[in-house]
Amino acid sequence: MTLASLERGRKYVIQNVNSSDPDIQRLMVMGLVEGAEVELASTAIGGDPLEFRMFGNAISLRREHARQFAVTIAGGCG
Amino acid sequence: MPGNSRSLLQAGVASGQITRVSADQISVRRYSSASIAVVGNPNSGKSTLFNRLTGLRQRTGNYPGVTVEKHVGTVKFDDAAFELIDLPGMFALSAHSLEERIASDVVMGRMPDMERLAGIIAVVDSTHLYQGLYLVQQLMELELPLLVALTMTDAAEDSGIRIDIEALQCRLGGVTVCPVVATTGQGMNALRAAIATLPDAPKPTLPTFWEELSAASAELARDLPPTVPRIEIERALIDLNSELAAEVSSCLGDDGAQKLQAIRRRVFGSEPPLAKEARHRYAWVRDVLSEVQHSVPAMTTWGTRVAGFMNRPVPGTIGLFLVMAIVFQAVFAWATPLMGAIEAGTAFLGALVASGLPDGAVSSFIADGVIAGVGSVIVFLPQILILFLFIIVLEDSGYLARAAYLMDRAMRSVGLSGQSIIPMVSSFACAVPGIMATRVIPDRRDRIATMLAAPFLTCSARLPVYALLIAAFVPAQSIGWFNLQGIVLFGLYLLGIVAALLTALMLKKTALRGPSPTFALMLPEFRRPNLQTVFMQLLGRALIFLKRAGTVIFAVAVVVWFLAYYPRSDAIAANLDQQQALAAESLSGEALHAALKRSGNQAAAAQLEQSWLGRAGKVVEPVFRPLGWDWKISAAVIAGFPAREVVIAVLGTVYAVGGEADESTLAGRLKSATWPDGRAVYTLPMVMGLLIFYACCLQCAATLAVIRRETNSWRWPLFAWVYMTSIGYVGALLVYQLGTS
Repeated sequence: MTLASLERGRKYVIQNVNSSDPDIQRLMVMGLVEGAEVELASTAIGGDPLEFRMFGNAISLRREHARQFAVTIAGGCG
Repeated sequence: MPGNSRSLLQAGVASGQITRVSADQISVRRYSSASIAVVGNPNSGKSTLFNRLTGLRQRTGNYPGVTVEKHVGTVKFDDAAFELIDLPGMFALSAHSLEERIASDVVMGRMPDMERLAGIIAVVDSTHLYQGLYLVQQLMELELPLLVALTMTDAAEDSGIRIDIEALQCRLGGVTVCPVVATTGQGMNALRAAIATLPDAPKPTLPTFWEELSAASAELARDLPPTVPRIEIERALIDLNSELAAEVSSCLGDDGAQKLQAIRRRVFGSEPPLAKEARHRYAWVRDVLSEVQHSVPAMTTWGTRVAGFMNRPVPGTIGLFLVMAIVFQAVFAWATPLMGAIEAGTAFLGALVASGLPDGAVSSFIADGVIAGVGSVIVFLPQILILFLFIIVLEDSGYLARAAYLMDRAMRSVGLSGQSIIPMVSSFACAVPGIMATRVIPDRRDRIATMLAAPFLTCSARLPVYALLIAAFVPAQSIGWFNLQGIVLFGLYLLGIVAALLTALMLKKTALRGPSPTFALMLPEFRRPNLQTVFMQLLGRALIFLKRAGTVIFAVAVVVWFLAYYPRSDAIAANLDQQQALAAESLSGEALHAALKRSGNQAAAAQLEQSWLGRAGKVVEPVFRPLGWDWKISAAVIAGFPAREVVIAVLGTVYAVGGEADESTLAGRLKSATWPDGRAVYTLPMVMGLLIFYACCLQCAATLAVIRRETNSWRWPLFAWVYMTSIGYVGALLVYQLGTS
């Protein structure tokens, strides 16, 4: 599962980042790294980009970049 | 002040503290030239804090060689004063945009012509500690005196975040942390006290977060001169292909590049260094947060609720259009009474001067040149201020970033990203700051496409032209809730938007084709804009406008008056005297008065026609004749080349000198302008054509200059001028010809 396919109202944790792209490295500098807890806040006009919340910050990414972040549901299966 | 220092000295002697006094005086001298940088993430409340600390003691300049604005202010204490530098917002020392690179160069002491900083104030938004602490950790490694100003502590408490300040200071190696609420001033006294002693504050103890990196840079340091600071070695290892990496590798000798590469392989393995750095630092940040931040942010503030609602596609889109429609209505409706007052004042002043001085060059110069020229530009100050007020409030409240997010998909359909929205929206005020704002766009192709699209958007200088022509020639009927004049104005704004987007699309499909760039945007919470910040920005922009009205536009008004007044024809003057003498013999009372006025106006019109400006207008008239323009409009358009709002001043002067009728306002004078055969010059198709010409053409020397500066070539400004002027001409031609036939 990636950041591009989150359900609203659930918390997720980033498990793995495909960091070869410099654009993705930039997002990592902004805090999207392994271990960060994220949730989906909204989608923009046309379903893209997506808005995520992480530690109180709101950050928006395009779907194509969101796909580079693998996530799991926070706290196991709950 | 010798007297003052002697009394200080005497006081010192009297109390036996002479050494302390002289030490204080030395430190005063040292402090007065010391600079402290204000550093923080974008939207961390940095500028609000900067305004709080410096008040009106601010000035704006440029960093050498680049066009990034440098904001410097003075913060005063009883016995010292520092220079505060408000740096552009940044997330990390590894720069991504030009502005971030400038900020990073300043804090790392790599900016030419700038002394080493005496200290750093790191501004951290307490609701965004996660990203804030990442930057703070990097700043700690600079080995400069550091102070953390923790802003928006009120918002943090509202959303359920409690921050343990003492624990935070401890985790930050003893750095002082000052919680403040910059909007209300809470905590400012403690912050000021901490700033006063900042240059003497002990350097922070560095936390260990990544031993391999520290060991590797220590190892490299042995092969480098001791003047190279540790932070530069670290950055050289992490930021591949940076200037620093090249410098350090050349310092290491012939095999420097290989040495650096070998160490990198050992420390980072196969991972990109920047990614590994982010993982290590954020692991440390999360660890600190788990200790100092007690309870996760609740998502129930009114800001997040409004944000959630406004971000849904349908309410968001409706909201965006509603906001824009309200802005345009307000610009037109609210300003009317103020404009009426200014107009009346100008007319009164002109009449006063004209009646108080004897007829001739001096009276004409003051009344027709100076007062009418500058007055007809100042009259638009209310509209410009209202527009700026909206843009500043929208930006400050966080709405513009939301708009960028909402519009990203739409902007991508013309080949741009949502990041182009902010420069473009700023261009509604003025294309010059709008084009300068394109620096937030990291992709070069997107930047240039945005720069060339931006001048189409209706700037405040077009507004006077629109306002004058619309108010004079579009009937003030109501259609439903809106009036027709407002709708025409909205249509012109829409035309600008469409032309801008099509231009971007065309460029991105041809000359600037390339892959779509990243889009990542921090979305600030909606927050109530800070009055002081809004006021300071509004004041700044009003001053820029008045400065232009007072210098460039004033100068053009004087030159144009001169061109329109000289050369004087003696024959026309003699003829006038003769006619007036004849009239005085045969007529009396009202009839005489009217006849004198008529012959006076005819003579003035004849004088204008053979003036330099009249002659120039006639030379180019054939070019503009197909658009329905007479030589006066042609002359005004020529004179308006350096700054389009000047056209109003020129029309004001031309028609005031001509005195076509008794109308005291410019609009009235335009209405009564006729061709030699008596047809009105300003017909609806001609006016619509003129509006379209002004919607498109690039009559602004400042915009051309700023495009030249930002693209570093004359190619793009030249292209923009020819392209926009051609579109304006063709548009006006089509409207006039179709509307007239």
